[in-house]
Amino acid sequence: MESKTLTLKEREKKNAINLAIWTLGWTLSIALVTFGPESLWNFNQTFTVLALFINVVLGIAMIFANIRHLKGLDELHQKIQLEAMAIALGVTLVVGMTYEMMAQAHVWVSKASISHVVMVMALVYMAATVIGNLRYK
Amino acid sequence: MKNKLKVLRAERDMTQAQLADFLDVSRQTVNAIETGKFDPSLPLAFKLARLFNLPIEEIFKEES
Repeated sequence: MESKTLTLKEREKKNAINLAIWTLGWTLSIALVTFGPESLWNFNQTFTVLALFINVVLGIAMIFANIRHLKGLDELHQKIQLEAMAIALGVTLVVGMTYEMMAQAHVWVSKASISHVVMVMALVYMAATVIGNLRYK
Repeated sequence: MKNKLKVLRAERDMTQAQLADFLDVSRQTVNAIETGKFDPSLPLAFKLARLFNLPIEEIFKEES
């Protein structure tokens, strides 16, 4: 069988589409787990466990798609992504721990959930990626 | 690290995009190397050395 070597642009496009598909699937499976028990199967535990299993499988597939996407980038963009991920992880850890300590000390108490952590991480990651790209422009 | 990439590319009448295609990197990466903002990996430096038929130390020089 003839194998075609993809150019950088073709490879990046293919991997980005692949990652977007798996991310969409994972996001939809979160909606299924969140709203399914009440709206679709009346809290039947078998269906809930099945939906959770699908969610985890799609999550693992998304992680591998992201790894493939990162490996397909050229070395400068891998560096930009590495720095952005390090900043996102660090900021989320520091912000999360600071919030936790403030709540324990009754300095500032407001209801926080995992979705807030995801939002902080996503916003910092996007900002760090844009800044990284501007730095090497 | 300093480099002569821009000069070598100009001598061969190559655009940044053409060099990027040859190296399988983005044009942004070629530009970042030329302006000294990004130092390439050893495999990429060897690819450049092969393309320009020069030893690596002729292309890249350590900044003193």
